[in-house]
Amino acid sequence: MSSLWARIEPLLVRVQKPARYIGCEDGAVTARHGAGKVAWLLGYPDTYEVGLPNQGLQILYDILNGRDDAVAERTYAPWRDLEVLLRERGLPLFSVDSHLAAGDFDVLAFNLSSELVLTNLLNMIDLAGVPVRAAERRPEHPLVLVGGHTAFNPEPIADFIDAAVLGEGEEVIGEVTDVVREWKAAGRTEGSREAVLRALAQVPGVYVPSMYDVEYDGPRLVSVTPRYPDVPAVVHKRTVADLGAWPYPRRQLVPLTEVVHDRLNVEVFRGCTRGCRFCQAGMITRPVRERPLEQVRTTILDGIQRSGYDTVSLTSLSTADFSDIQPLIEAINPAGCGTSDAISVGLPSLRVDAFTVGLAASAAVGKRGGLTFAPEAGTWRLRQVINKLITEDDLYGAVDAGFAAGWLRMKLYFLTGLPTETDADTRGIAELAANCVAIGKRHTNRASITVSLGGFVPKAHTPFQWYGQNTVPELQRKVDLVRGAARGARGVQLKWHDPRATLAEGIASRGDRRIGAVIERVWRNGGTFQEWSECFDVRRWEAAMAAEGLSLDWYVFRHRDEHEVLPWAHLSAGLHEDFLWQDWRAALAGSGIEDCRWTPCYDCGVCTGYGLEHVVASPVAPAGGSQGTGQDLQRGGEVPVQLIGSRR
Amino acid sequence: MTWRIRYSKLGKVRFTSHRDSITHFERAARRAGLRVAMSQGFTARPRMSFGLGLPTGAESLAEYVDIDLVDAVDDLEGLAAVLSDALPIGYTVTAIALRQPGAVSLQEAVTACSWTITVDGVSLQQLTDAVEWAIASRALPLERERKGHRRVDDVRPVIESAVAAPGGDDDPRPRLEAVLLAAERGLRPTELVAALLPELDPLDAAARILRTEQFIDVEGTRRPVLAPAFALQEDRS
Repeated sequence: MSSLWARIEPLLVRVQKPARYIGCEDGAVTARHGAGKVAWLLGYPDTYEVGLPNQGLQILYDILNGRDDAVAERTYAPWRDLEVLLRERGLPLFSVDSHLAAGDFDVLAFNLSSELVLTNLLNMIDLAGVPVRAAERRPEHPLVLVGGHTAFNPEPIADFIDAAVLGEGEEVIGEVTDVVREWKAAGRTEGSREAVLRALAQVPGVYVPSMYDVEYDGPRLVSVTPRYPDVPAVVHKRTVADLGAWPYPRRQLVPLTEVVHDRLNVEVFRGCTRGCRFCQAGMITRPVRERPLEQVRTTILDGIQRSGYDTVSLTSLSTADFSDIQPLIEAINPAGCGTSDAISVGLPSLRVDAFTVGLAASAAVGKRGGLTFAPEAGTWRLRQVINKLITEDDLYGAVDAGFAAGWLRMKLYFLTGLPTETDADTRGIAELAANCVAIGKRHTNRASITVSLGGFVPKAHTPFQWYGQNTVPELQRKVDLVRGAARGARGVQLKWHDPRATLAEGIASRGDRRIGAVIERVWRNGGTFQEWSECFDVRRWEAAMAAEGLSLDWYVFRHRDEHEVLPWAHLSAGLHEDFLWQDWRAALAGSGIEDCRWTPCYDCGVCTGYGLEHVVASPVAPAGGSQGTGQDLQRGGEVPVQLIGSRR
Repeated sequence: MTWRIRYSKLGKVRFTSHRDSITHFERAARRAGLRVAMSQGFTARPRMSFGLGLPTGAESLAEYVDIDLVDAVDDLEGLAAVLSDALPIGYTVTAIALRQPGAVSLQEAVTACSWTITVDGVSLQQLTDAVEWAIASRALPLERERKGHRRVDDVRPVIESAVAAPGGDDDPRPRLEAVLLAAERGLRPTELVAALLPELDPLDAAARILRTEQFIDVEGTRRPVLAPAFALQEDRS
């Protein structure tokens, strides 16, 4: 392995943002490669500034580099300008740490956080000099692995990957390293690739698509069955029971150039049982597992001291639900600290209620970020369908508290194209926003509300996985409805996601293996960086579907029925199929479901199936109103949760 | 008290922008536990002001920043070491002096910069000929882009001096040593190479760009903004 830096360096004066490619971050590790060590290249299939802050990648980077038998470097998708230069000069994808060729690593492991990055995945494999189709790879080629939320339906990329890892990586990454180390030690001989894949298929949480046969009947999927008796019929996700034992990343990377989320990011808990039915993250990351207060506090104070950041973001799917949120905020900025040494604390994914806003206001000393709420739907009826049980009073109380605390502008997130959505629901979005502006005007004349409107894409492993996505014209019609309704409303700004990109996302979201040819075609026709509007063209996707003889209606727009074999039926996030189906029926009936971390278990399957429990510091809901759940949370304490501090 | 700090920026970190450098110093100050005075206003910023922007991709032996520190400093070499440690790899603080109250800002004070450019694709003789031709010219028109518009400027008045020099042991390629005036429409080092060697691609030809000094005029005499030394006494500028 030798560094390509001398050949890459002269190219960097010709590209935008060359700092994307130099590495040198504080927290980066000087990798010491060696024959006995498994060399991992951790890749993020989007630009450096999008990928660098990714916590999953940083956690694995830290864990692997802490092992004696492994070494990890990182790579990100080179922007189109550099890609052209690399290809012109016959240079491969490289790591940003030591500028080594990607093909020299033993494993290329990609974090997939959305469907629209899948064409970049193919491009990076190809730029690495590795055949994009797994079947054409030989023992000298690296293993191509994927993980992350989008890996929960890896069928559309089944032909391009060697394995997908379901769930959390902290523990399984070591088990995979053990298997690959033995393969490497045995010399990666001719024919050994099949054997190492077979061995990987036996690691819990690892899915090796080539070990399964797929049978179709016309467009319908009939079965996905293991080809060998020692390959599991169903692959189950991995879950770390005790996050207290995994305080990673210990040294968050501090980039030398501007990135998204450019602050210290500290995870406070994983999992969410609010039960929002559209939300894949909430479904596949159960149960709730809080990190111990002391671990979070130490990570923040050490991280701030080391990194020079003055802002920390407490990350999770709903940070105000962290049991110790109040003491944590007080511990970060003890009374009496001056404004110049105060740490600004950001709470993304805010719950919608006045109490939470008070918390956000007290936390954001000095530098104040934006205030964003996600009611997701315009009427209480539809919010019951999606189980986002925020009352109008919750929202108005939150907004009132926000303007009272001095914010001038707030952002509201909504989805359109949801199951059972009527035009009254859609127009309700504009009405809610206008009412929020009216509340703001009581505090300031400059009050404004930005509505951000996204098209709903049904996702695997959610109660809405059977629902037929709205067509592009229907989504556009709904966007126009909101635009029309908001036109007269002063102080309401509207931003919306391109419904054509929503369509492309929908193709891959619930696709089966036949969609792989579509993704490959879009990539070969130049369709990289599909999350970037300047690079996206829906015609590439439509043309590829047509060329492969596949129907948009079949893959995207039609409703599925209860007995249909879904492409991810052999992959499990622990949720019982009948729980998801019952929850889907409950949704259609407009009936909500409670948060099971504080109220009795309704047996979604995860805790019971995997022998897990919620890990929280308090058996009752934190203080403050209805908590945006619409439920009576004063009860609490009825769940056999594992209390932090009482363990062991 | 405001301290005028001289530093070098060398190696891979040269691919970060001038804006990135500002962030690097803000973070370094916090990491080093230095309390920087904050500006007034809704979004308070640390009181730091930088000199002329260094083009992304260029290295420098002579960058400057003025930093207003809340606490008194009695060990300048110690301060330099602490700051160098807290900055990303590639930065070294080489001089610190107290800034005279009322001194003009670095942006306004700097009148000229010297550059050493390692030139690829020409011999020393060819470079010498090109430099002599350019220096002898009355006007040196160069078509270039500024704020999205292409325009032709006479860049000759901005070139105060230029000479060709042989390469060294580390890199045998010839070097162009030039002093360029800081003017409203200044001349970038790659543009100087484009003007001198129009037949070459300036991005290839200007293989290494190093700013070696920034100058100010004190009572009609040109001198470096800061002598490379640690002076607790007031800076004479």
